[in-house]
Amino acid sequence: MNISSLQPSSVLKKLLTGITGLSLVLFLIAHLAGNLTMFAGPEVFNAYARFLHHFMHGMFIRFAEFGLLAFFIVHIWSGISVQLSKRKARPSRYAYAGNAGGPSKKSLHSLNMAISGGIILLFVVVHLINFKYADHDAIGTMTLQDGTVAVNVYKLVVQTFQGSFLLVLFYMAAMAVLCSHLMHGIWSAFQSLGATRPSTIPFLHATGIAIAIALAVGFFLLPLMVYLMRGTFDADALPAAHAEHARNLLESVIRG
Amino acid sequence: MKINLKIWRQSGPDAPGRLVDYSIDGIDQSQSFLEMLDTLNEKIIKDGGEPVAFESDCREGICGNCGLVINGVAHGEKGACTTCEVRMRSFQDGDTVTIEPFRAKAFPIIKDLVINRSAFDRIMAKGGYVAVNTGSAQDANLLPVHKDAAEAAMDSAACIGCGACVAACPNASASLFVGAKISQYTWLPQGQVERSTRALGMVKQMDAEGFGDCSNHAECEAACPKEISIANISRMRREYTKALFAEQGS
Repeated sequence: MNISSLQPSSVLKKLLTGITGLSLVLFLIAHLAGNLTMFAGPEVFNAYARFLHHFMHGMFIRFAEFGLLAFFIVHIWSGISVQLSKRKARPSRYAYAGNAGGPSKKSLHSLNMAISGGIILLFVVVHLINFKYADHDAIGTMTLQDGTVAVNVYKLVVQTFQGSFLLVLFYMAAMAVLCSHLMHGIWSAFQSLGATRPSTIPFLHATGIAIAIALAVGFFLLPLMVYLMRGTFDADALPAAHAEHARNLLESVIRG
Repeated sequence: MKINLKIWRQSGPDAPGRLVDYSIDGIDQSQSFLEMLDTLNEKIIKDGGEPVAFESDCREGICGNCGLVINGVAHGEKGACTTCEVRMRSFQDGDTVTIEPFRAKAFPIIKDLVINRSAFDRIMAKGGYVAVNTGSAQDANLLPVHKDAAEAAMDSAACIGCGACVAACPNASASLFVGAKISQYTWLPQGQVERSTRALGMVKQMDAEGFGDCSNHAECEAACPKEISIANISRMRREYTKALFAEQGS
């Protein structure tokens, strides 16, 4: 390998932005899938959280957290670097800025990646304070049906979102911003990695937007539904409450 | 027809510049944009003023010399043409047209609308050629090139180096120019010998010239008079990545 050329050139920076960005999108997909277990009730959600924290004797979550942190840092560093180079490269701005249209993908989303990225970073900090660094001892535990004891993360999530509509609004706004970031970010990552062909650019651009919207809507819905559907999302739900409810329902149906 | 103009006037490289209003009557719709500026300059000279400095050479869209930002768009809003190919029929009587130079730190303004694009020449000097001795022209059949490869190489080589990609890019990046210049050789047998050194050298010089980083806005492709695809930028990144792992002398 040619070490002398390993200084972060503009192209290398794009490669790093693309790799870290796409990896963070993969994380978001896994995170959303995990979140959706909330709809299956406290038993499933707490078991899922317990699995994450105990998988590979707890090594998995530590490794994943370290990787995410590293990817975030590299992504933010390269993003800031692009912004700084942009200002230096055009010290005098156009008096009148137009759009060439046609095949251009320049949009409010693509032009404001630094702002949307900054808001997402702020959201991540709030999100970690809300859940990762919440007082888990105070929240209590739940004994699952197989006898294992899990931290009642379900209760934490329900209490957090049902406790403040302002927080729910903040989460929803942050997800709208995430959507904007990814609407340019996903297809752009493929282009940054040199993984596009003339024929695949329109497809990747459209697919990127679709994935961005799907992810944002998924994340957007959970806080809102937890807040609105207080009957379904009960902070004090018993471990088998959902199972019992289902059995009762089934019996009443059989009895006619 | 009557046209109102707001033209960037700057007496020298370090002098402050500003938009100056002009109004010109009797413009014919069949005139080219540059002929309209010629007419304006004749009027300015007759009135004892300093004519507007702008660059042009072939006036048929192949030399890449003329480059103006017309109403905020490099080479004007028509698309797929150079400034000299813009006709006055694309404007309405009484329109106000803003004319600015291509703006980038790497393209310093010499005077008014004339910029110094020698940064592109210095990038080309780092690999935009084939250095191996090819001797006199050999029989064409000795170097078979696939039809698709020839077409793709020609699509990239259509770049006239006008710099509209830099002017249009919100980051003032030269990625489309460098991408096209690296790409044109990747398709052809003559380009293989210096493939790695070309990619590394031209990208390094692009960065050294002070062009901005690419953010994949694709505004460059939209402004390019030769409609060069941003797939060339993608190819430049592949070439660069491969070159990072390549042995010396390839």
